[in-house]
Amino acid sequence: MSKSVLRGLRAAALTGTLVLGSHLGSAPALGAENPIKLGVLEDQSGDFAAATIGKVHAIQLAADEINKAGGIMGRPIELVAYDTQSDNTRYQEFMRRVLQRDKVDVVFAGFSSASREAYRPIVDQFNGFAFYNNQYEGGVCDGHMIVTGAVPEQQFSTLIPYMMEKYGKNVYTLAADYNFGQISAEWVRKIVKENGGKMAGEEFIPLGVSQFSQSIQNIQKAKPDFVVTLLVGTAQASYYEQAASANVNLPMASSVNVGQGYEHKRFKPPSLKDMYVTTNYIEEIDSPKSKEFYAKFKAKFPSEPYVNQEAENSYLAVYLYKQMVERAKSTKREDIRKVIAMGDVCMDAPEGKVCIDPKSQHMSHTIYLAKVGADHAISFPKTWEDIKPYWLGEAGCDLTKKDPMAQYTPSNPPPKP
Amino acid sequence: MDIATHVFSALYQFGDAFAFLVLSACGLAVIFGMMGVINLAHGEFIMCGAYVTAATVHAGLPLPLGILVGTVVSALVGVLVELAVIRHLYDRPLDTIVATWGLSLIATQGTLIMVGSTMAGVGTPFGSFQVGDYSYSIYRIVLFCAALGVLAGLYALFNWTRFGVLARATIQVPHMAAALGVDTRLIYSLTFACGAGLAGLAGGLYAPTMTLVPTMGATFIMEAFVTVVIGGADVFLGTAPAGGLLAIVKSGMTSWQGQLFGQIGLLVAVIIVVRVLPKGISGFVLRERT
Repeated sequence: MSKSVLRGLRAAALTGTLVLGSHLGSAPALGAENPIKLGVLEDQSGDFAAATIGKVHAIQLAADEINKAGGIMGRPIELVAYDTQSDNTRYQEFMRRVLQRDKVDVVFAGFSSASREAYRPIVDQFNGFAFYNNQYEGGVCDGHMIVTGAVPEQQFSTLIPYMMEKYGKNVYTLAADYNFGQISAEWVRKIVKENGGKMAGEEFIPLGVSQFSQSIQNIQKAKPDFVVTLLVGTAQASYYEQAASANVNLPMASSVNVGQGYEHKRFKPPSLKDMYVTTNYIEEIDSPKSKEFYAKFKAKFPSEPYVNQEAENSYLAVYLYKQMVERAKSTKREDIRKVIAMGDVCMDAPEGKVCIDPKSQHMSHTIYLAKVGADHAISFPKTWEDIKPYWLGEAGCDLTKKDPMAQYTPSNPPPKP
Repeated sequence: MDIATHVFSALYQFGDAFAFLVLSACGLAVIFGMMGVINLAHGEFIMCGAYVTAATVHAGLPLPLGILVGTVVSALVGVLVELAVIRHLYDRPLDTIVATWGLSLIATQGTLIMVGSTMAGVGTPFGSFQVGDYSYSIYRIVLFCAALGVLAGLYALFNWTRFGVLARATIQVPHMAAALGVDTRLIYSLTFACGAGLAGLAGGLYAPTMTLVPTMGATFIMEAFVTVVIGGADVFLGTAPAGGLLAIVKSGMTSWQGQLFGQIGLLVAVIIVVRVLPKGISGFVLRERT
């Protein structure tokens, strides 16, 4: 009895019921006859739901605010939302549905990199337009996609040198075993080497694994100075509790924890003590813009457990889309990309100022280094302003000239012309 | 590093894998192995035990009492499920797959809607100890002892008590048992509740060490089913050696090549055992004995 068969069976039975009545949109009186349709494909159940329900809420919040203020060029936003159930095949199914049947103008979709790579060919095939509002392993050079999440040059080029300077040059990586974990681990390896350190070890954990005794022992055997944890999903988050109870007591560095899965809120202190995370937003950020966003969020969704990085990415993405449509005076992708090519699509987001890079269609970010204390309180030892998503552009991806619709990595860069 | 350290570390890893396999599987060994109900909602009984345990600990009770409450609540839920659904399907084993699978969907999604996407953890008690270069969690030793205790308890229950004899008689030849004056309906209910309670116990015991989410049952179910399938119909003679065998394969492969190979090794071992011993390990042992 395999887990994936079970999950597949469950998913098949659920689709029939869940797609009904999931049009969450609010379409008030203004120009309601001609709304701008925004597809929302996010995991509202399954292994990733804890990190992603907030993204749906953030999109609802932004859409409501925009609709109250008169919509986009007088047209209201209508959300067409489906629950993708943390299942890659649901992404493909619903992506076809929103593009072909619902005929949405734009789709906001995806949490795991596996799901993004599952739906991206469909967006390309049907000439759609999608936002991926999630931090990831970087490298997607595709004119049909806008990525508002942070990428390795923003999260690792800041975090890893900081950790190596503070704790030492022996690094151990514990990563989820799929494209996100593998490519992120490659980035860590590259940056550690560039900074004169060495990898004490690496282990890749299959998704859904929840027992870590042996991995904990492997780490103790390798004696690293700190551990880079790139664990994904709620099952793998069990690592922290188990490592703490075995008294591993090593500093940790991550691009995904706290900022996505708010592990510091879910686990009992001090299991996440000395966890360092680079994130472009978490609710603890103490700036007027951040406080205002947090207050609005909590007013609309009082029981939201945490306002995470991806919620902010999703929120600001709706406003960026509004700005681009209004400047292009069109919802057509080619018109919008002409606006992006000008290189000045920017906004004051809750995290600070962000801009879209025309070459890669990724976004610049303010990167906050969040440190989890022994009592699980967050402090920010360092902030990096305006970190650009430079790697793709420098490696040779230029979407203003050519659209290869491909994903690149440090070991597989864009072909040189 | 000296030999004692290596030996202890290997034993600890074996015990840890053994505890996880046995505790995941023992409830299912009663419901599926013994009663023949293919219970796809097994993971959700585990989740129920974990959630109730965490909730009672948050309410201020000490952890052992919380685990007890979790076990009892799961057993009571088991009684209700048996009365409402399973009772009508004892002679239709394939239909139990659909029914229990439906229950598991309802339980997972219902928990998500009512309790939310996560629940705060309770923290692992007891701290750690040091052997050589490695430090270990004391609670993991507790889990291993709990697994041994559950196996011993099950053996005693089904072999030495009146209930155990009646349960085995009822499940082997229900009409004969009924003719001899056994209330077979009650025995079926109690046996099912026993299996559900054991699942709840596993959830309660693992609740302090894991992420509490509605889908957490899924991380147990694969291990539970493979242990019961290769163990065969006898709860004690099946689950204990099956857990031991799979734990050796899994911990050995994991320490040699990492988690991925641990899982591959586990499944390959299952395929080999099922091919060589179609009636499971207990079927083989019992045939040898007669």
